[in-house]
Amino acid sequence: MAFEGLADRLQNTLQKIRGKGKVTEADVKEMMREVRLALLEADVNFRVVKDFIKRVTERSVGQEVLKSLTPGQQVVKVVHDELTTLLGGEQSKIAVNNRPPTVIMMVGLQGAGKTTTTGKLANHLRKKHNRKPLLVAADIYRPAAIKQLETVGGQLSLPVFSLGDQVSPVEIAKQAIAKAKEEHHDYVIIDTAGRLHIDEELMDELQKVKEISNPSEIFLVVDAMTGQDAVNVAESFNGQLGLTGVVLTKLDGDTRGGAALSIKAVTDLPIKFVGMGEKMDALEPFHPDRMSSRILGMGDVLTLIEKAQTNVDEEKAKELQKKMRDMSFTFDDFLDQMGQVKNLGPLDELLSMMPGANKMKGLKNVSIDDKQIGHVEAIIKSMTKLEREQPEIINASRRRRIAKGSGRTVQEVNRLIKQFDEMKKMMKQMSGMMKGKKKGGMKFPFM
Amino acid sequence: MSFLKRLKDKFTTQSNSASEKFKTGLEKTRTSFSTRVNDLVKRYRKVDEEFFEELEEILISADVGVHTVMELIDKLKDVARTRNIQNTEDLKSAISETLAGMLHKGEQDGRLNLQTEGMSVILFVGVNGVGKTTTIGKLAHQLKQEGKSVLLAAGDTFRAGAIEQLEVWGQRAGVDVIKHQEGSDPAAVIYDSLKAAKSRNADVLLCDTAGRLQNKVNLMNELEKVKRVIEREVPGAPHEVLLVVDATTGQNAMNQAKTFSQSTNVTGLVLTKLDGTAKGGIVLGIRNELDIPVKFVGLGEKIDDLQPFDADQFVYGLFSGLEDEEKAE
Repeated sequence: MAFEGLADRLQNTLQKIRGKGKVTEADVKEMMREVRLALLEADVNFRVVKDFIKRVTERSVGQEVLKSLTPGQQVVKVVHDELTTLLGGEQSKIAVNNRPPTVIMMVGLQGAGKTTTTGKLANHLRKKHNRKPLLVAADIYRPAAIKQLETVGGQLSLPVFSLGDQVSPVEIAKQAIAKAKEEHHDYVIIDTAGRLHIDEELMDELQKVKEISNPSEIFLVVDAMTGQDAVNVAESFNGQLGLTGVVLTKLDGDTRGGAALSIKAVTDLPIKFVGMGEKMDALEPFHPDRMSSRILGMGDVLTLIEKAQTNVDEEKAKELQKKMRDMSFTFDDFLDQMGQVKNLGPLDELLSMMPGANKMKGLKNVSIDDKQIGHVEAIIKSMTKLEREQPEIINASRRRRIAKGSGRTVQEVNRLIKQFDEMKKMMKQMSGMMKGKKKGGMKFPFM
Repeated sequence: MSFLKRLKDKFTTQSNSASEKFKTGLEKTRTSFSTRVNDLVKRYRKVDEEFFEELEEILISADVGVHTVMELIDKLKDVARTRNIQNTEDLKSAISETLAGMLHKGEQDGRLNLQTEGMSVILFVGVNGVGKTTTIGKLAHQLKQEGKSVLLAAGDTFRAGAIEQLEVWGQRAGVDVIKHQEGSDPAAVIYDSLKAAKSRNADVLLCDTAGRLQNKVNLMNELEKVKRVIEREVPGAPHEVLLVVDATTGQNAMNQAKTFSQSTNVTGLVLTKLDGTAKGGIVLGIRNELDIPVKFVGLGEKIDDLQPFDADQFVYGLFSGLEDEEKAE
């Protein structure tokens, strides 16, 4: 209820306008009220929202929307476009210092994910750019923070420089850079302690670390779930340190991530990367268009596709395709396929990523719940090996046995076998159609 | 002005250090919020639509959340109408009363549900980086000071360095930590900890868990399993499931509260990092929409920087600036 997409929100307003023949300025104003709410619910700072609405209203009232036959869609488009522009382009480049090492400083509030991001960034530099980074443990305050970075470094087989927690971060930075020069590391990533932007003493310390290490990049690591305060934090860190970029973490959660827009709007700093998970390779370039869809709650098809690509085993998919063609698709394959879909996460979560899915009448109340999948799984697993491979041998007594074994009714078993037969027929037709097409056309076995 | 007077009397007579700490910790919150309300009252002499619009903005900027703000504003408009308030100055007390009313909703006890006999088990849950381990360290210290025997369970077997972090807090507080290796099954750690706590006759077992985003189904299932293990081993446990929430979090905190409640039946909140500039308005929202009381607030990184949440104190902290000015006038 709280998180309706912008398109849904506008629906109500549009219903009123429909049949009026013409959209007035007042109507646009009403639509803008909905845009405002959508942005505020996504945690975009209220000041940023205000400016944004002003801009979009001007654009909407001027021609584009008023003359359009589909004003609702037009408004969504204008808002989406403006948001995307405001969020800036993809800028995942990292500066290089002419005289190595290039120093990168990671700063931010407590718990934003600096240490994890430090590891991810080092991994990125090594993998994508073939660099040799040195990690520096400069968080001497939080218990076991050094140990955390050392473990992360160990996982990545990357060296971690530390002097324990009794030496000042400034001294640590100084010695780390000397060591990097000595051992020919081309990048030095300094993991600093989390601190409040209003903690003068600790902010002062960061300035000193900056002075001594002369970093080419200072990244502010920000939790994507941050609320209205994101503006204060970013402004304050930027004002005191002169940041060069932002890394948005924990974006694999279900937050709308309005903080991204707030930070971009008040600091104009590029959002360089986003953290998409706890694994060390879960660092991705920032995509402004996806981010604006997300902020507006418009579904995230691209992320869904990517999720499918990373979770579905390519080899298996190819094999499946082959099986579909020569009709040797068995219940075992079916089970396998279900497992892969399940890997993508709960079905309703997947559906929520598809725009308009919640508007489809049929889909909304159908319980495509994970329980039913479990039932199907139980039925298939109660079949013998032979039965799975040759479903045609399943006669009435076998059906009864399967039903008993799985704890489901004979009717359910019947239904599943029938569905399976139909699916096979459909696959035959589909693979016939697909023959002419280039390979790789059927990427998702569940489609 | 009797409402604020009452609050003030309560705390001036009490005059404990906790109240002081609360005040200083909330300094940022209070000054910015109350100065802005004051500022607003000065600029708008008349109670009108524009006045309410700006008040709405102030509340939203405190992360209160659109739904709750709308409800509040509607209530205030009602008050203004029925009491025929036209001067903004006269609405000031109504604003604080309405806010406090919302925090008092349900009137739950903010204290921990500790067993007088036998062991109490407290499970800590939350997303990554909110301060679960730190909170456990602080609470362990507090309970130890009260003379209880406390044991910690290092249930975060996932994050690098999490076990060591809890161990450091254990040393600081002077309590033992039951741990396995990194990467082991958290439910097994909790199981062993429950056994150890039983055999040592511990009063309180504090269970740490790995931070997890609430939309990760597998991880939420893992958490359910941990809770089941506790339920099975100690009847009536866990006595508290505390969701730790970062005060800087925006509207997603509501999702956190909802989803974590579904899988672990959260009994209370711990609001951390309230010593920053974040306003903690989320408390109002969560109190209003879900019936989960706030039990503690984190006001700093030191071992004694965890304070029991008291709605009256919280409101007093927010509005003492307002009240002082009224006295001066």
